[in-house]
Amino acid sequence: MSDLVKRNHWVIRVTHWVNVVAIVIMTGSGLRIFNAHPSFGRPGETFPLNPWEGQAVPAWLTFGGWLGGARHWHFAMMWLLLANALVYLGFLFLHGEWRHIAPRRGDARDALEMIKFYLFVRRDHPHQGKHNALQKSTYFAMPVLGVIIVLSGLAIWKPVTLGFITALFVNYKWARFVHFASMAVLLLLAVVHVFMVFAVDPYSLRSMVTGWYDRARSPQARNARPFYHLFGPGKQAPGRSEDSQS
Amino acid sequence: MSLDRRRFLTISAATFSGTLLAACNKNPRGADKLLDLAESANESIERSIFRHDSMDRVPASAKVAGKDFPKYFISETVPMWDTAARGEWRLEVSGAVRRPVSLSLEALTKLPRVTQKVDHFCVEGWNARAVWSGVRVSDLARLVEPTADAQYVDFGGFDKGYHESWDMESAMHPATLVAYGMDGRMLSPAHGAPARVHSPVKLGYKNAKYLTRVVFMPARNGGYWSDQGYEWFGGT
Repeated sequence: MSDLVKRNHWVIRVTHWVNVVAIVIMTGSGLRIFNAHPSFGRPGETFPLNPWEGQAVPAWLTFGGWLGGARHWHFAMMWLLLANALVYLGFLFLHGEWRHIAPRRGDARDALEMIKFYLFVRRDHPHQGKHNALQKSTYFAMPVLGVIIVLSGLAIWKPVTLGFITALFVNYKWARFVHFASMAVLLLLAVVHVFMVFAVDPYSLRSMVTGWYDRARSPQARNARPFYHLFGPGKQAPGRSEDSQS
Repeated sequence: MSLDRRRFLTISAATFSGTLLAACNKNPRGADKLLDLAESANESIERSIFRHDSMDRVPASAKVAGKDFPKYFISETVPMWDTAARGEWRLEVSGAVRRPVSLSLEALTKLPRVTQKVDHFCVEGWNARAVWSGVRVSDLARLVEPTADAQYVDFGGFDKGYHESWDMESAMHPATLVAYGMDGRMLSPAHGAPARVHSPVKLGYKNAKYLTRVVFMPARNGGYWSDQGYEWFGGT
């Protein structure tokens, strides 16, 4: 009943887990740095875009212990994050795997069908490739956000020496806001991603560890919605089609 | 099959939550060596991309922070120069130089004056604008003629033991001033009177206030905040 395929190349798996460590440390230390001045307005200014202006994030979400310590972690870990991202993107490019996440015409319609399915408006799981349309747009948005985060990060790290990058975001204040906001969106996508792994496709964990994936238990084969048919065996094994990816 | 699945779920969940738990407001010291290495590597990168023609550009129409400009010193009360006890305030420019000078405030204000509206970047994350007037440190250097071995400059003053040493390149940046004026007035005691270092090329903590000495040196001399673990370079 099982239909095992090698789903994720070891480069994808290694960069995925390195990314988890790097992003956890970067967001934790970033939030600790933010807490030293949890506002986006300059002294004496208001900043209406942030309804929580002046409010620090809970200490348990932070990393680095104190401002100086968090800065050291942030400015060290950023190189791991960047190197890891370059390896991942280089791999996607060289192996043509960018096709699994690049946006295409019809993605919006497919995403709508997925939403309909999750909301029980539609009975059967839409046909999909390696990822469903919602995953696809998420996995595309993540590296795009990553580029914005790296650029806005450089903009606030070196607002004078790399002032031309800061100018892309108007000025230091706005670059700092963009850096924070894009981190928040990325973090939200990551949390939803982890939730969906456990709620819809726990089998994908195996494919991100060993690389092997049982296509007979894919969400499409199980007709799985969040917490529906979570472990149930697939009713119909999909035929050999574009589903099989190595 | 199912055993494998459970094992993978357990391992993955443990790895993930372990990483998250490790993030709880901790600063693991085991990585200190690695972080020191990263700091010195970062410093080389920062110094190699540093340019005297990269300037902080603040629009002419931008508002200055004025009374909202944060005030800060390490003494218990605002440090004030006590003329009765210490005599007239003077700025000593000395160290690895050919002609050390001691300048009165009047002599300082007679040197070529630069007035610039620039950012002040604080390590905490905020920035504030002000119009600073003063003398370029590079002009002071021309006056005292540093010797070839002068690679660093230490700025110190009378706010307890506050001082910060700088790399020569940052000190010689045209926007690095010994400032005695702020927003068109003489510097107030809350902002470092009678004179202070001000430059947008370094974080606020490198900009020593209540200045009394500018010492050119062959080696770096740490600093008040750098000695407590903040980056020594602290460049922007």
